[in-house]
Amino acid sequence: MAAPKIDVAYVANLARLELTPEEQALFQPQLEGIVKYVEKISAVDVAGVEPMMHGRPLSNVFREDEVRPSLDREAALENAPARVGDEFLLPKIVEGAES
Amino acid sequence: MELVDLGIKAAQAGLAKGEFCARDIVESVIRRYREKNGEIGAYLTFDEEHALRLADANPKSVPIAIKDLINVAGQPCTCASKILKGYVSPYDATVIRNLKANGFIPCGRCNMDEFAMGSSTENSALGVTRNPYDLTRVPGGSSGGSAAAVGGNLCIAALGSDTGGSIRQPASFCNCVGVKPSYGRVSRYGVTAFASSLDQVGPMTKSVDDAAILLKALAGRDEMDGTTPPEPVPDYPAALAGATLKGVRLGLPKEYLEVSGVDPEVKRITEEAIARCAAAGAELVEVSLPHTEYAMAVYYIIAPAEASANLARFDGVRYGHRSEMSRDVMSLYLKSRAEGFGPEVKRRIIMGTYVLSSGYYDAYYGRAQKVRTLIKRDFDRVFAKVDALITPCAPTPAFKFAELQDPLTMYLNDLFTIPSSLAGVCAASVPSGFTRDTNLPVGVQFVCGGYEETRLLQVCKAYEGTLQ
Repeated sequence: MAAPKIDVAYVANLARLELTPEEQALFQPQLEGIVKYVEKISAVDVAGVEPMMHGRPLSNVFREDEVRPSLDREAALENAPARVGDEFLLPKIVEGAES
Repeated sequence: MELVDLGIKAAQAGLAKGEFCARDIVESVIRRYREKNGEIGAYLTFDEEHALRLADANPKSVPIAIKDLINVAGQPCTCASKILKGYVSPYDATVIRNLKANGFIPCGRCNMDEFAMGSSTENSALGVTRNPYDLTRVPGGSSGGSAAAVGGNLCIAALGSDTGGSIRQPASFCNCVGVKPSYGRVSRYGVTAFASSLDQVGPMTKSVDDAAILLKALAGRDEMDGTTPPEPVPDYPAALAGATLKGVRLGLPKEYLEVSGVDPEVKRITEEAIARCAAAGAELVEVSLPHTEYAMAVYYIIAPAEASANLARFDGVRYGHRSEMSRDVMSLYLKSRAEGFGPEVKRRIIMGTYVLSSGYYDAYYGRAQKVRTLIKRDFDRVFAKVDALITPCAPTPAFKFAELQDPLTMYLNDLFTIPSSLAGVCAASVPSGFTRDTNLPVGVQFVCGGYEETRLLQVCKAYEGTLQ
C-alpha cells in the first residue's frame, strides 16, 4: 500500500465539516498518523475470507407491514431549530427561486 | 452509611421489607449529588423534580443513573456535545422502558466523551469529570460519568455504553463492575448511535450481583432493534447461587499477557488475579488469539466509518444546533457541524469518510471487515477449548488530565477491550485491587463467548469472592 495520502481539507468537505486553518493544520498530521497505523492490516492474508458486517450475523429480520402509531408530529417538531407550521424551515435550496 | 451507598440488591431488599421507599433513595442520591457533584462532575444534569416524581409514582423502584446518550422522554440527551445542547428527548429508549418495567427509574444524566468517542471523558464539551479515587486523574471513558457516579457513590448503579471498551475501561479506573453484553443482547433503540455494528448498553455497578440483576432487566428481544435475537433471557441473578471457579477452564491469552507497554502494577494485579483463580480451582489453559495485534487497526477503520454515517444526521435541519451564520443549505450543513462537533468527533468523521470514500473502500473498510472475521474466528477457536478468558482490562490505571495528548496514544487504552467488541462476545471488568504507590483501582477483564452472559457472570461472581 502506498504512503498515506489523506487530504484532510478535501475529505472534511465531503463530510460537510468546515475546518478552520488551525484545525486543518492540527488534523492533517494526526490523521496521517492514524491512517499509517491502520494500514498494518494490509499485511494480513484475507484471501477467501468473508467480510464480517455485524457483531452477530442475523438476516431477514421481518415484521408484518402494518400501520402503527409513530412519533407524534408535534413531538417530532419540538426540537426543530426553525419551523413553519408543521414543517422544518430551511434556507432556500433551488437556485434562482424567490426567497 | 446513606441509602445512596447501597447497591441494587441491598436497596431492593430494603424496599421489599418496607424499610424505605424509592423517594428516600432518590432524596439520598440528591443530597450526595449536591454535596459531591461539584468536585466529581459525574452528572451533567440532574432533574431532581423529575426523579422525585418518578419515585413517588413507583415507590418500590431503584434509581439508576443514565449515560447522557440514552433517551429518556422529557429529559436532555446531549451526548456531551454542543450540537445537542438544549435537545429534549421525545421518547424513552427501549432500555429505559425495560428499566421501568422491572422496578427501576432513570435518575440523573452522566457525563461522557462526546458521542462516546474517547477514553478519559476529557472529550466532553459540557463538563469535566474527575476520578473519585484521585481528583487529579480522569475517570476513564467514554462512560466516565457513569463510572465516577458508581465508584464515588453518587448513585446506586448506572447504565453505560460500550463500543470498544467504554464500559469496561472506566469501570477499571473507578473500581466498579462493568459488563459489555454480547452484541444484540440489549436493544440499542433510543441510544444515540456511534458504531452500529459494535454499540452495546450495559450495567455499571458496585457488585457482580447487581450487574446480573440490571442486565436481566435490560436484555431481550426488541422489535425496534432488528439486531436483538429472540433468544430468551436467562435468570442471571438466580444463576449466581453457588457460582464457583472449580473446574472452570480459564484461558490465558499470550497476546494480552506478554504484550509490552502494560503498567507493571496492572501486570502484578492481573498475575495475582490469575493465581487466585487457580487457587479457587480454575484450570489455567494457555491460549493464543493470533490476530489480536490487528484489532486496534480494524477498530479504527470500522468504528469511524460507521460513526461518519451515523453522525450525518446532525445537519442542523430537524434537531440540534443550527448555525446562525448560514446563508444557504450547504453552508448550514458545513457551519452547523463545524460549530457543534468537538475535535475528536471531527477527526473520526474525517477518518471514517476517508476509509469509505471512492477508491479506498476496498483497501480499508472492506479489508477491515475481513480481518474482523479472522479475529472472530480466533475467539470461536479458543472458546471451543476454554470457558472464559482472563486479561488485563486497561494497560494502565487512571492517568492524569491532559497526560495523553496524541489521539493514537489515547486509542491504545482500548487495546484489551477492542478485540472482544469486534467479535461480538461478552466481557466484563471486575475490581481487582489497588496500585501500590498511587492507590488507584485496577480491574481485570473476563471474556466469554457470545450469549454466554450466565457463564461470564458466574465466573465474575466466583472471582469477586476470591478478593474478600
